[in-house]
Amino acid sequence: MSHEPGSPFGGYNFAYLDENTKRMIRRALLKAVAIPGHQVPFGAREMPLPYGWGTGGIQVTAAILGPRDVLKVIDQGADDTTNAVSIRRFFSRVAGVRGTTRTAEATIIQTRHRIPETPLTEAQTLVYQVPMPEPLFRLEPRLAETRRMHALADYGLMHVKLYEDIARHGHVSTAYSYPVMVGGRYLMSPSPIPAFDNPKMHRMPALQLFGAGREKKIYAVPPYTEVRSLDFEDHPFRPHRADGCCALCGSTTSYLDEVLTDDRGGRMFVCSDTDYCEERQEAAATAAPASTTPAPETEGVA
Amino acid sequence: MSAPLLEAKGLNLAFGAVRALDDVAIDIHPGEVVAIVGESGSGKSSLLRVLAGQMRPDAGTVLYRDPAGTAHPVHGMGEAALRRLMRTDWGFVHQNARDGLRMGVSAGGNVGERLMAIGARHYGGIREEATEWLKRVEIDPARIDHLPRTFSGGMQQRLQIARTLVTRPRLVFMDEPTGGLDVSVQARLLDLIRALVADLGIAVLLVTHDIAAARLLAHRILVMRRGQVVEHGLTDRVLDDPQHPYTQLLVASVLAA
Ligand SMILES: Nc1ncnc2c1ncn2[C@@H]1O[C@H](COP(=O)(O)OP(=O)(O)OP(=O)(O)O)[C@@H](O)[C@H]1O
Ligand SMILES: [Mg+2]
Repeated sequence: MSHEPGSPFGGYNFAYLDENTKRMIRRALLKAVAIPGHQVPFGAREMPLPYGWGTGGIQVTAAILGPRDVLKVIDQGADDTTNAVSIRRFFSRVAGVRGTTRTAEATIIQTRHRIPETPLTEAQTLVYQVPMPEPLFRLEPRLAETRRMHALADYGLMHVKLYEDIARHGHVSTAYSYPVMVGGRYLMSPSPIPAFDNPKMHRMPALQLFGAGREKKIYAVPPYTEVRSLDFEDHPFRPHRADGCCALCGSTTSYLDEVLTDDRGGRMFVCSDTDYCEERQEAAATAAPASTTPAPETEGVA
Repeated sequence: MSAPLLEAKGLNLAFGAVRALDDVAIDIHPGEVVAIVGESGSGKSSLLRVLAGQMRPDAGTVLYRDPAGTAHPVHGMGEAALRRLMRTDWGFVHQNARDGLRMGVSAGGNVGERLMAIGARHYGGIREEATEWLKRVEIDPARIDHLPRTFSGGMQQRLQIARTLVTRPRLVFMDEPTGGLDVSVQARLLDLIRALVADLGIAVLLVTHDIAAARLLAHRILVMRRGQVVEHGLTDRVLDDPQHPYTQLLVASVLAA
């Protein structure tokens, strides 16, 4: 359906893209789901945002969004960065969908650089914004050659890179975009999420979709698919996490960001997933109402 | 004698008016070293590339016999199978070490690549094997983490050989492996190749225009000229009693030099 100017979506078709474009993207998505981890080219459209702002993820979200969806957008784990806020506002304007910051409430979560700490469910879809879909691009600059390597599952070179890391640093130094094997067949870049998040991709109940706008590629990991981080038998993959607990909610298991607290080098660790952190703080406040610190009970975050 | 490892017949290849290969036939048996000699432009490298499946001939067939004895047409087996062959049963040693090595990867990584490509996933094991091979090609194992660009030309070439032989291929193609090196370095490298090849029982197709290298390494020699094999036979026979006038000229020019 298309809408005339003055329609509820500011003169745009529902979710900005025209229906033909959405159908084209959905076809690419179906193919991607059918071949887990395989990069499917698609005719990426110009979006009202520059590349690097998640145009690939936005197009995927636009193609799967329905009027009753509830959208959460995170950037490095936070819902309130400029990038996250403007994407959420964009879809609220061009699709009228409800936004949320609560992981559990969302049906679609578009993300840059993190997987939420709260486990996702079958009812949810995780859409990754991907700057560079090709896991081999630093090792093999010729694209035709990387395509051939994928076609033949010829991934020895990726292990050479891990070998070099261990030889040089004593461990695999890759902390982001740590390469994974999907369904035992395709080598895939999980976009620049921290290696800490990699295990969450393994047999995740939610559908995971990846959109790269500049490189015009879509790929997917269907629910409950095997996702293994590459490693060696004697150097097993170890998700790295800063050794500490969150200064706000006390979590000892979530992924932490280090923040400066003053200009004299004071620093503390806080959860990178702001929603997770706030929910834990709220839960702690309700559980211990007699606490000396006043609970931040005034506002819901949504 | 056992059935040939590689068997080629009726090979033709033209680049425009140039006949790089003109009805060439060749076979090589397990463990045999065959040298292809001839002047520049005679078609040696073209023959090697066609035999290794890197280039399709205009006419002719190349058959490879796998360890189970089944013959496969090299140009009909498909890219995936050919690649698998190239990293398991076969190897290719380039004249220019830079074409055969990853210059941005350490010596250990270069040697380990083929192991990892066929599924080795134990870092310590790969490293041990790489160390062993560096020793075998007379490179100080202490340099295992150094980049090949810090190596001399001769060392780079020896590293390329280690990287190729680590998976114990049955057949190795070598295109002028000693070209561009100092004479003394060449001699040492030839000795090393001879020892390794004899030790591992590898078949080698060696392209060279160095008659002395052919004499040292090869069981048989093929002499090429303008895309044709003008003479072939056992090394001593061809070099001591050349029949074709071109071979006589070739041998005489070496003796005179
Ligand atoms: N890619 C190509 N395009 C056009 N002509 C080619 C190509 N490759 C080889 N030739 C020509 O085919 C002939 C045989 O070349 P080839 O490289 O096989 O000779 P060679 O015996 O290896 O010579 P050299 O000893 O100089 O390496 C030459 O005339 C060469 O110019
Ligand atoms: Mg040549």
